[in-house]
Amino acid sequence: MFDSALNILSYLSQGLGTTVSLFLAATLLAFIIAFVAGLCRIVKNPLIRGFTMFYVELFRGTSLIVQLFWLYYAIPILFNIHLGSNWWIGVIAIALNYGAYMSEVVRSSILAVDKGQTEAAIALNLSRVQRMRHIILPQALRLMLPEFGNYSIQILKGTALVSLIGLTDILYYGDIYRSTNLSEGPLAYFMVLVMYFIIALPLIWLSKKGEKIAKRGVAG
Amino acid sequence: MKPIVQYKEIHKSFGDTHVLKGINLDINPTEKLAIIGPSGSGKTTIIRLLMTLEEPSDGDIIVDGTNLWKIEAGGKEKKANEKHLSKVRNDIGMVFQHFNLFPHKTILENCVVPLVNVRKMNKKEAAELAENMLERVGLGDKYDSYPSQLSGGQKQRVAMARALVMKPKIMLFDEVTSALDPELVGEVLEVIRDLAEHEDMAMVLVTHEMDFALEIADRVLFLDEGVIAEEGTADEVINKSDNPRLQDFLKRFRGETVTGQ
Repeated sequence: MFDSALNILSYLSQGLGTTVSLFLAATLLAFIIAFVAGLCRIVKNPLIRGFTMFYVELFRGTSLIVQLFWLYYAIPILFNIHLGSNWWIGVIAIALNYGAYMSEVVRSSILAVDKGQTEAAIALNLSRVQRMRHIILPQALRLMLPEFGNYSIQILKGTALVSLIGLTDILYYGDIYRSTNLSEGPLAYFMVLVMYFIIALPLIWLSKKGEKIAKRGVAG
Repeated sequence: MKPIVQYKEIHKSFGDTHVLKGINLDINPTEKLAIIGPSGSGKTTIIRLLMTLEEPSDGDIIVDGTNLWKIEAGGKEKKANEKHLSKVRNDIGMVFQHFNLFPHKTILENCVVPLVNVRKMNKKEAAELAENMLERVGLGDKYDSYPSQLSGGQKQRVAMARALVMKPKIMLFDEVTSALDPELVGEVLEVIRDLAEHEDMAMVLVTHEMDFALEIADRVLFLDEGVIAEEGTADEVINKSDNPRLQDFLKRFRGETVTGQ
């Protein structure tokens, strides 16, 4: 039993690189999208605001797996656009999906900073960009941290879908293992859970830390 | 003396509420002006318009000869853009009822940020200037504290230092003592008194501190229902006016103070 558990673990670890690299790249890209889209939601220009809102609602309102299939199967045929390898498609689909959710965190955190902060910054004659950069964003960032921690864990779990577009991640190797060792199926999937959980541990720790920073951040 | 600020037929509405109903007011370059009146009379709105935190619904505000909210473009009057507002704003500073210090910065950084970003000073110069000003308001030993570590009175003194380092020609004080515990009011008024005595800038105080207004103000305005209902020297307005609304306001105010003690 113990032997086969270790055996499975080493088999699954072939997919570790794909899962982790996908997770890191998708998270980074999702953060960037979240900030750009979050800031676009609060600019004056109604065109930019409207377009960003369309993107956010579209990607929040449809499922990630369907978006993944669209990018992988539909768009190349319909528009003859090739987004690159399936690794890139996985990264882009996950980042667009979670970026949409996280942009709402960025937007609401910025709006949650006390209005008096903006007024004081105006009274000191800081420019719009300076106000955002030196006064509002640093405070909003602390409010974002706990939610960002949560979403990074969600992204990690979301990467498990990419086996459906042919990427060889942890779940993919779990499936292969089960199909060749049917009797060990439950154990194989249990070890898949264990692996995801182990990767998530530092993220859980980070979001706890983020919560602490957020709490002491902006009082007074 | 040419006024540094002129309000000309200023109106301001928030939705259906007509807060200011035609304010005409000249403020002289060294004048210490106090604005009193019941809450909701529009006192705070008057100075918020000057600080560009609100836009007037009608009328003009002239600051040092420049129309604050309007610019000429191709012979036509247009709404002022951010660049224009920023230029005029350079001469104006404001202290708020709720301090509005930047909580993520030390009190020294609170003062340094505008000097470096707006006045384009280098960090060392800025820090020196900020330290001197904090010293002046009695906080020379608190440079590295964060606002959350200070008392309300100390926070308000930092807020004043932060506005003062910018060397404004006009300083606005928006009920700066109303959020303070009674025992902390004195230390803040002390700083304002020092400024009133030693600085040439124009000062506009929206205040509930009637005795203090009487002591330092060259002129007092009584604002009532969006108009200037009475104005004159502090003595004239507070002791000699027979305006019944003002009498009523003062009576209620003094009554509250007495029962409050």
